[in-house]
Amino acid sequence: MSVVTALTACVEGVGLLGPGLADWTAASQVLSGESPWQRVPTVLPPPERLPSAERRRTGTLVRLSLAAGLEACTRAQVDPATLPAVFASSGGDGQICHEICETLASADRQLSPTRFHNSVHNAAAGYWGIATGATRAANALCAYDASFGAGLLEALCQVTVERTQVLLIAYDASYPEPMHAVRPIPDAFAVALVLAPVAGNATLAHLAAERASGPADRMTDTALEALRGSIPAARSLPLLALLARRACGRVALEYLEGASLALEVSECR
Amino acid sequence: MTPLALTSFTATSAIGRGLDATLASLEAQRSGLAPCAFETVALDTYVGEVAGVDAIALPAELAEFDCRNNRLAWLALAADGFAGAVAGCAARLGRERVGVFLGTSTAGILETEISYRRRDPASGALPADFRYRGAHNTFSLAAFAQRALRLAGPAVVISSACSSSAKVFASAQRAIAAGIIDAAVVGGVDSLCLTTLYGFHSLQLVSRTPCRPFDSARDGISIGEAAAFALLERPGAGADADAVLLVGTGESSDAYHMSSPAPDGRGARAAMRQALAAAGLEPGDIDYINFHGTGTPSNDEVEACAVASVLGREVAGSSTKGATGHTLGAAGALEAVICALALQQGLQPAGVNTTAIDPALPVSYLRASRRQPLARVMSNSFGFGGSNCSLIFARAG
Repeated sequence: MSVVTALTACVEGVGLLGPGLADWTAASQVLSGESPWQRVPTVLPPPERLPSAERRRTGTLVRLSLAAGLEACTRAQVDPATLPAVFASSGGDGQICHEICETLASADRQLSPTRFHNSVHNAAAGYWGIATGATRAANALCAYDASFGAGLLEALCQVTVERTQVLLIAYDASYPEPMHAVRPIPDAFAVALVLAPVAGNATLAHLAAERASGPADRMTDTALEALRGSIPAARSLPLLALLARRACGRVALEYLEGASLALEVSECR
Repeated sequence: MTPLALTSFTATSAIGRGLDATLASLEAQRSGLAPCAFETVALDTYVGEVAGVDAIALPAELAEFDCRNNRLAWLALAADGFAGAVAGCAARLGRERVGVFLGTSTAGILETEISYRRRDPASGALPADFRYRGAHNTFSLAAFAQRALRLAGPAVVISSACSSSAKVFASAQRAIAAGIIDAAVVGGVDSLCLTTLYGFHSLQLVSRTPCRPFDSARDGISIGEAAAFALLERPGAGADADAVLLVGTGESSDAYHMSSPAPDGRGARAAMRQALAAAGLEPGDIDYINFHGTGTPSNDEVEACAVASVLGREVAGSSTKGATGHTLGAAGALEAVICALALQQGLQPAGVNTTAIDPALPVSYLRASRRQPLARVMSNSFGFGGSNCSLIFARAG
């Protein structure tokens, strides 16, 4: 019986979309301190690659995850159709959830069938497959504020055990009121990483992960720290800052209460 | 893959609380479906409701998690000594070395639906007693189970609609193989709510009669609720012959449509082939298949053809959803536990409610439960978004 002792992977490509962060190029300039961060609302691009019939049906989370995932694959120079994927989100589509609950609380409970099938937590994974033709495993998971950490753990387990490249996409968006008041996620944010078992031409860095006790690292910039703390997918920022600076080092990301996910970043290029 | 043992397992659904009641219903070919009288639902349909969920009181220290979904989880954890088995495992291996991997599609959304009727008329605000984190959020199930079982390892909810709690077996298996944990509580819990009852109704996928998987006259699903759990560990040296092992998992995506299966069944076939390959088995090695078998015209047709093309049309199979209803995010785990019972008891459970098997479906569908030694069984789970998972379980001896 083989028991692997460490979770490791190479980062092959990054995709990012967030407030004032149009893509990984823009984000890495901000995170490395080359450019100041202008906090403007996240701009969602139209959903690439989807057939027009599906395009009309897509909500925020589908557009977010598609944009970040495709960017990461392009940067990693891999065909998205060949990758298994992990989708991590701290909640489903907030707008759809609100509309469904509002309809169900009204006198006419007739739901829109499209809205209903788009309400599932794995809607982004479903549309990703339709857009890219990816037929390998897609896992859609949730761990509340630790969703990025949980997604990274799942992706690293796949890389480590199955020796395959894996795409991780973590994404969150705002709820409308009245849900916003009880779950105040301020804006949409998505990050995608293509992870591989062995280094290739596009490799940015090598990761080794372990669960640790103690708190997660914070961003030194107070505005970026506010972003990290307010959107679960942005809990990835301390790792992204290292990747943006092409710096090696150790970083602790938020995981479940009382734990963090410690990452050793090495062989940076 | 390296096989893992299901050292404890339990299920609670409309056909019974715990394994003894579940087995008795399966043997007697009893359905738990009844005309829908749930909450304020005004739909002409049957549901598989678990009796007594509303009466469950969670202990005070778990009050923040109170909702129908977690009450159902609590009811199930207390059955068959499951919580005790987990406690023993945690004492042996360490609380940090036992993960929690659970599936749900809607968690505690029923509480949100009810809270939306109680919004402040002036401000529109939700009532002050609304709890997002402990009840509404998808992760609330795993957070609750982890706290209730006093575990401290990784915890996650997998939510890919009706494949959710089959896929937890694959994720937990990888985490154990990767060495980040030594054991895992896997399972699924989904409870009745208006979102799924009215949602599947809007898609015209709900039958007005108790669902009849694989029947010529099948016309949709019956929604049910369930909680099912298993404790996965590396098999000990002294595992007895009745021990049940997880020996293969397969996962795929249709990449076709959000709510219809790919007509060629490619995703279903890929998941089954992958599970066979992971287990090192040939198609003829499977003694029983628990179909996803929802009872919709398209699911059963696509699945039947896919199973016939991978396993052949002779393999004995049934859908237990005629008995339990389609328990959505709990279906994978519920049917995994039914498969484990089938292996231990040597029972091929019948598909109930089905009276005239559709002659167009190339399957050997069981309309009567059979006592017969079984060595290896497969369970299929397919979900919205084209998410497919096949699991293979085997007797240790």
